[in-house]
Amino acid sequence: MTTLVIAEHNNEQAQASTFTTIAAANQLSGDTVVLVAGHNCQSTAEQIAKAEGVAKVIVADAEHYAHLLAEDLEKLVLSIADDYSHILAPASTFGKNFTPRVAALLDVQQISDITKVNSDDTFERPVYAGNAIATVKSNDSKKVITVRSTGFDAVALEGGSASIEAISAGEHAGTSNYVGEELTVSERPELTSASVIVSGGRGMGSGENFEMLETLADKLGAAVGASRAAVDAGFVPNDYQVGQTGKIVAPELYIAVGISGAIQHLAGMKDSKVIVAINKDEEAPIFQVADYGLVADLFKVIPELNEAL
Amino acid sequence: MKILVAIKRVIDANVKVRVNSDNTGVETANVKMSMNPFCEIAVEEAVRLKEQGVASEIVAVSIGPQQAQETLRTALALGADKAILVKSDNDLESLAVAKILKSLVEKEEPQMVLLGKQSIDGDNNQTGQMLGALLGWGQGTFASEVKVDDGKAQVTREIDGGLQTVELGLPAIVTTDLRLNEPRFASLPNIMKAKRKPLEEIAVVDLGVDVAPRTETLKVANPPARSEGIKVETVAELVDKLKNEAKVI
Ligand SMILES: Cc1cc2nc3c(=O)[nH]c(=O)nc-3n(C[C@H](O)[C@H](O)[C@H](O)COP(=O)(O)OP(=O)(O)OC[C@H]3O[C@@H](n4cnc5c(N)ncnc54)[C@H](O)[C@@H]3O)c2cc1C
Ligand SMILES: Nc1ncnc2c1ncn2[C@@H]1O[C@H](COP(=O)(O)O)[C@@H](O)[C@H]1O
Repeated sequence: MTTLVIAEHNNEQAQASTFTTIAAANQLSGDTVVLVAGHNCQSTAEQIAKAEGVAKVIVADAEHYAHLLAEDLEKLVLSIADDYSHILAPASTFGKNFTPRVAALLDVQQISDITKVNSDDTFERPVYAGNAIATVKSNDSKKVITVRSTGFDAVALEGGSASIEAISAGEHAGTSNYVGEELTVSERPELTSASVIVSGGRGMGSGENFEMLETLADKLGAAVGASRAAVDAGFVPNDYQVGQTGKIVAPELYIAVGISGAIQHLAGMKDSKVIVAINKDEEAPIFQVADYGLVADLFKVIPELNEAL
Repeated sequence: MKILVAIKRVIDANVKVRVNSDNTGVETANVKMSMNPFCEIAVEEAVRLKEQGVASEIVAVSIGPQQAQETLRTALALGADKAILVKSDNDLESLAVAKILKSLVEKEEPQMVLLGKQSIDGDNNQTGQMLGALLGWGQGTFASEVKVDDGKAQVTREIDGGLQTVELGLPAIVTTDLRLNEPRFASLPNIMKAKRKPLEEIAVVDLGVDVAPRTETLKVANPPARSEGIKVETVAELVDKLKNEAKVI
C-alpha cells in the first residue's frame, strides 16, 4: 500500500494544507509519496522532501501546470494512479476542484472532507454543516479522499530527506484554459492557518468599518475573516468567508464581531479553541458557542479594545 | 443552446438538523424539505441565460423520491421548460448521480450543465466535477460569474485566494457559488403555469446505470459539544480573561 498526496502550492512554496494532508496520509499503512505538479516548482519539491514521513516526492513540471487546472491534473494523476492505494488532496478549492474528476474516472466514490482516519478504509467526516459526524467505510479498492485541514496537525517541516524524482507531464487537456486571477494580497496571516482570527459580520455596516477590525487584527497578529452576509454586502472579498460553504478554520482564538451565529457560520469556526463573541443582541446564537461573550455595541467596544491592546 | 440543470431536494437550510436516536442518520420525519440553495442559484442562472437570449431551452433534472417532483415544479415555476425526475428511494452517492446525469446528457444533448457546487446535506462537492470527467468536458466550478459568447464560456471562480477566470469550450460544466446571482421567487401565475409544463418520470433501473453504493455509513453521531461560556461586562474584563485565563493573547 502506498498513498499519493497531491501538493497544494503556488510553485514557490507549499501551502499549509499540504502538510496537514501529509499528516493524514501518514496515518495510513504504507509509504507517503507526494506529487508536485506545477511550473518551475523545484523549490516546493525541495521543501516537501524535508517534511516528516514523506518517502518520495515526484515532480511533473510543465507550463500548463502553472495554474493547476482540474482537467490537466485529472489526466496527470490518472496516469500514475495504478501505483497507489489511496489518493489524498486538501479539501480546499484546489483539491475539491480536481479530485472528483479523478475519482469518477477510477470509478470510485470519493470521501470528501475527512477529519479523522479510523483505519485504511474507514474515516470520519462532518455532514449537514457539521451538525452530524458520519463514520464512513469505503468498499472501493482505491480510495480518493479530501482532507479537512483543521482535523489534523501538520507534520514537522524539517528532518525528512525524501528523494525527488521527475516524472513526465501529461498533455494539456485543452477543454479549459486559464484566463486570469485576482488574488487578495495581504500582509496578514492566511485565514486557514492563522492562530488568531478577527471576523466581522453584517453588524459591521460597511467595508470602511472593517478598518477597525484590521487594526485589531494587526495588534493581535491575526487574519481577518467574515460572515457570508458581510461578503454578500460587498464589505470584504469572497475569500474572507468562513463557514459551511466558505473556509473552515480552527484557530487558538476566534473573535466574532457583529455576527449572529447562523449554523452555516458556526460550521466553519466552532472547532476554534477559544471563541469570543461581540454582539449587541444578547439572544444571538453566537453566544451559545462563545467562551467569552460581550453584549455591547461594537462601534463602542472595538475602539476600546484597540486602545487596551 | 440547451441547458440542463441538476437540482437536489434537501432538508431546508433553516432546519436545525438532529441526529436520530439509533445513530444511523438524521431525523427526517416532519422536517421541511427545499431545493438545495446552490441549485436555486443554478436554476436562476439558467433562466438569466435564457432571458439574455443565450439559452433556448432549460431542462431541470432531479434524482430522488417521488416528492422531488415538488422541487422540479418549483424549477418549472422559476422558468425551466421541462423537467425529468429519475426516481430513486435510496439516497444515491455522487458517483451514481453523475452516471445518471451522464446518461441524460447523452439523450438531451445540452451545451451546458449547471449544478450547485455542493449539496448542503452531504456537503460532498463532487457531482459536477465527476460528471465533467465522465463526459470529458471542461468545468468552471464555484462560479461567481458566467459569460457565454462565441461558443465559449468564461467563468469566474471563487477560489481560496480570491477569484480565478477560466475559459471553457462548449459543452461544459458550471457549478454555482453563492455570489453568482440572487434567485428570484416564483410568482403565483408562474406557479400555476408550471403545473402544465412537461414532467417526465424515469425509474433508475430503466437507465441501466450502476448505482450500487460504494460506501457504508457505519455511524452518524453528534459533534462534540462546546461547554457553556461566560459573559463579560467590560472590555477590560475581556482582555484580562484572554490574557490570564485563556492565555491566548
Ligand atoms: C446555502 C447556504 C450557505 C451558507 N454558507 C455560509 C457560510 O459559509 N458562512 C456564513 O457566514 N454564512 C453562510 N450562510 C448564511 C447564514 O445562513 C447567515 O445568513 C449569515 O451567516 C449571517 O451573517 P451575519 O451573522 O453577519 O448577519 P446577521 O445574521 O444579519 O447578523 C448580524 C448580527 O450583527 C449584530 N449587530 C448589528 N449591529 C451591531 C452593533 N452595532 N454592535 C454589535 N452587534 C451588532 C446583530 O445583533 C446580529 O446578530 C449560508 C446560507 C446558505 C443558505
Ligand atoms: N440527487 C440529485 N439530483 C439532482 N442533482 C443532484 C443530486 N445530487 C447532487 N446533485 C447536483 O450536484 C450538485 C452537487 O452535489 P454534491 O456533489 O452532492 O455536493 C448539487 O447542487 C446538484 O446540482
